[in-house]
Amino acid sequence: MAEAQNIPVGSTTAGSIAVAAESTVATRMSAPPSFDVQDFPVPHGREEEWRFTPLERLRGLHDGTAVATGEGVKVEVEAPEGVTVETVGRDDARVGRAGAPVDRIAAQAYSAFEKAGVVTVPKETVLTEPIRIAVHGEGGTRFGHQVIELGAFAEAVVVIDHTGDAVLAANVDYILGDGAKLTVVSVQDWDDKAVHVAQHNALLGRDASFKSVVVTFGGDVVRLHPRVSYAGTGGEAELFGLYFTDAGQHQEHRLLVDHNAPHCKSNVVYKGALQGDDAHAVWIGDVLIEAKAEGTDTYEMNRNLVLTDGARVDSVPNLEIETGEIVGAGHASATGRFDDEQLFYLMARGIPADEARRLVVRGFFAELVQQIGVDDIEARLLEKIDAELEATV
Amino acid sequence: MATLEIRDLHVTVEADNATKEILKGVDLTVKQGETHAIMGPNGSGKSTLAYSLAGHPKYTITGGTVTLDGEDVLEMEVDERARAGLFLAMQYPVEVPGVSVSNFLRTSATAIRGEAPKLRTWVKEVKEAMERLNMDPSFAERNVNEGFSGGEKKRHEILQLELLKPKIAILDETDSGLDVDALRIVSEGVNRVRETGEVGTLLITHYTRILRYIKPDHVHVFAGGRIVESGGPELADKLENEGYEAYTKGGASE
Repeated sequence: MAEAQNIPVGSTTAGSIAVAAESTVATRMSAPPSFDVQDFPVPHGREEEWRFTPLERLRGLHDGTAVATGEGVKVEVEAPEGVTVETVGRDDARVGRAGAPVDRIAAQAYSAFEKAGVVTVPKETVLTEPIRIAVHGEGGTRFGHQVIELGAFAEAVVVIDHTGDAVLAANVDYILGDGAKLTVVSVQDWDDKAVHVAQHNALLGRDASFKSVVVTFGGDVVRLHPRVSYAGTGGEAELFGLYFTDAGQHQEHRLLVDHNAPHCKSNVVYKGALQGDDAHAVWIGDVLIEAKAEGTDTYEMNRNLVLTDGARVDSVPNLEIETGEIVGAGHASATGRFDDEQLFYLMARGIPADEARRLVVRGFFAELVQQIGVDDIEARLLEKIDAELEATV
Repeated sequence: MATLEIRDLHVTVEADNATKEILKGVDLTVKQGETHAIMGPNGSGKSTLAYSLAGHPKYTITGGTVTLDGEDVLEMEVDERARAGLFLAMQYPVEVPGVSVSNFLRTSATAIRGEAPKLRTWVKEVKEAMERLNMDPSFAERNVNEGFSGGEKKRHEILQLELLKPKIAILDETDSGLDVDALRIVSEGVNRVRETGEVGTLLITHYTRILRYIKPDHVHVFAGGRIVESGGPELADKLENEGYEAYTKGGASE
């Protein structure tokens, strides 16, 4: 498995690094961010941001033909005491504050949602229990908007579970006050037919820490767009992701960390395993270090493990640097195969082939899960991984 | 008593779009408690014999039989052979990223023994076996063969031999690449297993050096894809003095 580590600024690996002159991250999108769906033409599939996505399987989310069903997708919020849970209109100042939609479906979701959910953790409130949001589909189509706001020095863990069958387009905003700490675990454990397209916008206050764990197992098409930007200096973002892409599934994770403030950190680690015919995983990791973002420290990594023939990975790390006054910037992307020699070695020790595959995938993911640093979430994720492996490998 | 019987084994391999016969009629019987050394020059097919017995998919059996206590080994999958009691200590053990040694050993022992070993006794068993092989306890938390030195890989193979207690152990050039200290430690491990009297050992080697530590009952010279001469330990002495030249020139060579 070839892997590039600690790439010096300006060098090139499997991905591409653009230095200053050409703004690849900004030009990647075919239209500027906007809350109005009319500002985005209907994609035809050749645009940079759509070229990997099977538009014909998006159930009309991209071309305006998808219609909200009103019911058929349930959202339930369970929050510990001290947390405010409300639904608000589009005019609420918090809605959309963390970032504007950057593509047609995100704008469609913004233009079409009825009420936005807002969960607020007051300043200096440290939660000991997680906030749980359950999104369960019963065949419906929904446009959603969820805001999670932490006041200054508040600390919270949010677990968002997606289950069942739904067509869902959504924006999720995370607004972190100064010194706030937020861990979000978003699990896409959909049934096979579900289509889920979402943009996540995190806006980090001064010295805030944001940890995002994205776990994608299910769905026919899942396309997530986690984005981070900074409202002050000293912010830290850790973006972890793991996906298990089975036959026929399209799972796409497109990340952007916009270092738009000095002395902030970001660390991105996404790992995926794929198996089966036409399993397709896409990982786009964009990091932009703006001219004013001196003292930035960033690293991003994507690793993929291909278990069988017929699966495909597109992995594109992309680092754009507008200032040389940084602590570090690097990226790595590697795709390896679980090969016949590894299988032979494990089988030669009595381990049956399917168990050998499970062992390898479990280990591959466990390395990442152990970095999350929240014990009960780690345990729960390992259980989920085991259940997924039992069911599919 | 467990017996491995190899009869007229023929094996081919695909290389450069051509089929090449590597084993050309191997006959050998290994009984529990016996130690057989198979010695031969590079390219004679020794490792092919080892990997064919373990069931590596690269090799195609074109003739002959292999049985373990009368059971047809060639009909078994790789993992079934291991569970039936065959063990291959590999010359080049592969890295398995993400799988810790401790997890691997326990999964393997569970498969071989048919039930998960009791945790408390198992931890002790592994710890003691590792101590005997001069392996640091931190070894157990490393990924299988990842970043292991040559000596560490071989000790890890012998650790598995000690824990899995096979009926027939095939050691493929376990001595290659080891310094004298490592060779002694590894050999002691093999001897501990041999002393139980419950394993038949097939020791494949290019050099006679390891035979100072592991005394074979039988020595076979392997050349041109088959056994060309068999004898007692004295045959190894002859090879030590004369080398393989007599076997690689003339009729017995490829």
